[in-house]
Amino acid sequence: MSSYSLANLFRHGLGGHKGWKPAWRDPEPKAEYDAIIVGGGGHGLASAYYLAKNHGFTNIAVLEKGWIGGGNTGRNTTIVRSNYLLDANAKFYEHGMKLWEGLSQDLNFNVMFSQRGVLNLAHSKGQLETFRRRGNAMRLNGVDAELLNRDDVAAFCPELDISKTARFPVEGGLLQRRGGTARHDAVAWGYARAADRRGVDIIQNCEVTGIRRDQRGVAGLETSRGYIACRRVGLAVAGHSSQLAAMADVRLPIESHVLQAMVSEPVKPCLDTVITFGAAHLYVSQSDKGELVMGGDIDGYNSYAQRGNLAIIEHVAACLVALFPQFSRLRILRTWGGIMDMTMDGSPIIGTTPVPGLFLNGGWCYGGFKATPASGWVFAHTMATGQPHALNADLNLDRFHTGRVLDERGAGPYPWLH
Amino acid sequence: MFLIPCPHCGPRAESEFSYGGDAKGSRPAVPEESNDETWIEYLYLRDNPKGGHEELWQHVHGCRRWLRVSRDVVSHAVNGCRDVAEGGS
Repeated sequence: MSSYSLANLFRHGLGGHKGWKPAWRDPEPKAEYDAIIVGGGGHGLASAYYLAKNHGFTNIAVLEKGWIGGGNTGRNTTIVRSNYLLDANAKFYEHGMKLWEGLSQDLNFNVMFSQRGVLNLAHSKGQLETFRRRGNAMRLNGVDAELLNRDDVAAFCPELDISKTARFPVEGGLLQRRGGTARHDAVAWGYARAADRRGVDIIQNCEVTGIRRDQRGVAGLETSRGYIACRRVGLAVAGHSSQLAAMADVRLPIESHVLQAMVSEPVKPCLDTVITFGAAHLYVSQSDKGELVMGGDIDGYNSYAQRGNLAIIEHVAACLVALFPQFSRLRILRTWGGIMDMTMDGSPIIGTTPVPGLFLNGGWCYGGFKATPASGWVFAHTMATGQPHALNADLNLDRFHTGRVLDERGAGPYPWLH
Repeated sequence: MFLIPCPHCGPRAESEFSYGGDAKGSRPAVPEESNDETWIEYLYLRDNPKGGHEELWQHVHGCRRWLRVSRDVVSHAVNGCRDVAEGGS
């Protein structure tokens, strides 16, 4: 399969662009694989890619019940950042940020990574002080962070209403300039194409219906396209991790909740960064098509319905108008929902399970997209060696048994942190 | 938005209620006699079923009673609601 380059674009142009081949194959499942990843979203495809690239696996499959990138990979608000407080999270997400910075070249696929900055707004002196602490913690971990005062915020994002009469006047903010956005579908497609070029079988419309085990651990998977033998299985099915794990009698500290996102009608460029609202919950950026992309809280009760409640949409829109009064006449074009694995401490789970040969990548709460490259990197390592990578050693499932939970928000030892 | 048929106030919008999570499992009655596994089970582990779910809601903008609601978490159909004081599991 030819690589994407200016020379090839020119060459195919001479042929009327009729010579392009599909970006990945559509293979039949084999009887046996060395490693199978369940879930063809960004995380699953990235894991397969790094298993092939970093660990030399050649006989890998990704099983996807629908089409690749059709779950939460295609439903998020595309924000990439690594502004975490705790060491374990900061190091993991910063590794991801470094992978993002070279991802388009590595995959030979333009993921449209745009480091337009992520600015978290503070609306009180106390909040600004907690941001100062977070920023200092980030800098100690080698992550870029800048504390902005009110005038800096006004200069960085003139569109914001920073007047003293705003509903929640802005005191300042914490800026990560290397943060930004990426094209979410391109991330799935780029990893799929790159993995396929290294021989990974991407099998769509193939639903896992059972996990067969023997004395040694996992033996294979029952699927809608027949039984497939495999002794090394990774689950990357966030939203439905509990269902897949239950097939191997593993119970998880996870609840499934719906998170909504929405876009406005497209307008000319008017917002060149990512803004998060510190007084209530809103994150907003502008897509390359011109839509304002935004989201807020989960609806707040267990749900497997990929649709949500109007109350949250109204809340998100109200937050937007509080920050940007000039957007009040924009219309909401589209809203949708995705199902989140909400863990009990608000941090993800990547690692081994009590079943030998079964690995779990899930519990992304609603921060999974930015983690895609790092998640694939460490999950591939964990699956290949049977041991966690240094970067995901603390993100293990066992932490709920040992008490070493990762309470990023600093809300204390409370099990229901979402 | 779905309606929760409060046994005291009648059918009311879900926005009047506050969610209390999975109703299965109760806090160990005598904490000092409980072991780690029981605590982990109570604090962290969830069945998280895709379908019928037994859950707690408090009618914070109504009678303020805690209610036990049977809801389908895919269709949001509510198939039963009673006061937790009525007992049963």
